[in-house]
Amino acid sequence: MPPTLAREILERTGEHVVLVAIALFAASLVGIPTGIFLTRKAAWRGVVLGFTNVVQTIPSLALFGFLIPLPFIGGIGKRTAVVALILYALLPVLRNTLTGILGVDPAVVESAVAMGMTDRQRLFQVELPLAAPTILAGLRIAAVTTIGTATIAAAIGGGGLGVFIFRGLASVDSAQILAGAVPAALLALAADGGLGWIERRFARF
Amino acid sequence: MEPVIAFRDVSYGIRGKEVLRHLDLEVAAGETLVLLGRSGSGKTTALKMVNALLTPISGDVCVEGKPTGDWNPILLRRRIGYVIQESGLFPHFTVARNVAVVPELEGWERGRIDARVDDLLARLGLPPEEFRSRTPRQLSGGQRQRVGVARALAAEPSILLMDEPFGALDPVTRRDLQRQFLALRKAWTKTSLLTSLFVTHDVREALALATRIALLHEGRLEIVATPREFLAARTGEARSFLAALEDLREA
Repeated sequence: MPPTLAREILERTGEHVVLVAIALFAASLVGIPTGIFLTRKAAWRGVVLGFTNVVQTIPSLALFGFLIPLPFIGGIGKRTAVVALILYALLPVLRNTLTGILGVDPAVVESAVAMGMTDRQRLFQVELPLAAPTILAGLRIAAVTTIGTATIAAAIGGGGLGVFIFRGLASVDSAQILAGAVPAALLALAADGGLGWIERRFARF
Repeated sequence: MEPVIAFRDVSYGIRGKEVLRHLDLEVAAGETLVLLGRSGSGKTTALKMVNALLTPISGDVCVEGKPTGDWNPILLRRRIGYVIQESGLFPHFTVARNVAVVPELEGWERGRIDARVDDLLARLGLPPEEFRSRTPRQLSGGQRQRVGVARALAAEPSILLMDEPFGALDPVTRRDLQRQFLALRKAWTKTSLLTSLFVTHDVREALALATRIALLHEGRLEIVATPREFLAARTGEARSFLAALEDLREA
């Protein structure tokens, strides 16, 4: 492998990780509180889950394309790519937060109420700790899919490992395609393994 | 003396179905009033109104003279111990932390909490040095219920609500726990009065623990009687329960 290619792989991997990390961080920042809100407001569940479900069904290349003409969040480049990735990562994080909290043993929740816990105490001392493995599982799914989807960011100038793939496709050069695909696959495996390990540490009850 | 708990013409229903109809019942300080009835008789519903987990559709449930609707529900619940059949222990807390939940919410100081936890565990037959740091998963069903009782009593409540607390236990363990409950109540009465409301469908448990039995049938209160009076009761549902007792004796 020529040293220039090796250096570019490292750079692109770095870009890729940054894209994914920003997207996951923002998706958690929005998705977890929204999920918690939905456990308290059943009436909103259909609308919000419906929206995130619909986003999830839009083919990713199309979604990147749709975002380009939008003001502020759109255009060509990293910012648009991150917005699209956030939208994709949102559903698993949000849904797992909701199902994780709703899945806490009703007898445990009733006890928390009957002991005289306020809503906030119940959430932080009982519901969130017990839902943590499920919420982390959502984050893990989001991480793995986002690492894959982020390769498409290159199509709208977002950088990352997708640059190799699109270049390889255009010049019918499978070495280039592999230079993007293999590191992306390794990243996904690492994220899956790492987050899975944290998840199991939480799931000891 | 003013009753500690009073149901005044209380009705409750869910989805158009009446669960409790015009319940009038008073529980005096220091009593153990057992709500006896079949599944669906409304006994658990009545119990859950005392700590405002449920709100009556009409009528008032008064605790210490004040309708539950006028209490701050958080403060009300912290004065009332609550034990349920599935224990409802927090699986991510140790035994000691489970027992300490309400004292901690109430902001007791550390030393007082620790002493209280150890005292209660010891009284319930769970040596503290052995059980403090276990998690609920590492306990048997009977041990879990003991921890549940300890947790309910931790903050020195004046009222204790028990919803079939021993219902899921084997008969031998159940008897052990019933005896322990009686012993605990006796020790308690020396210092302050503990008023308990106890839900069961087990007529033998009712006769063993109650100072008075309130028999509910299809949402209505049929009779209120001491265990001795209950054995001589002639109402329809009372006879059904006593017949079940007779069957056991003959078998």
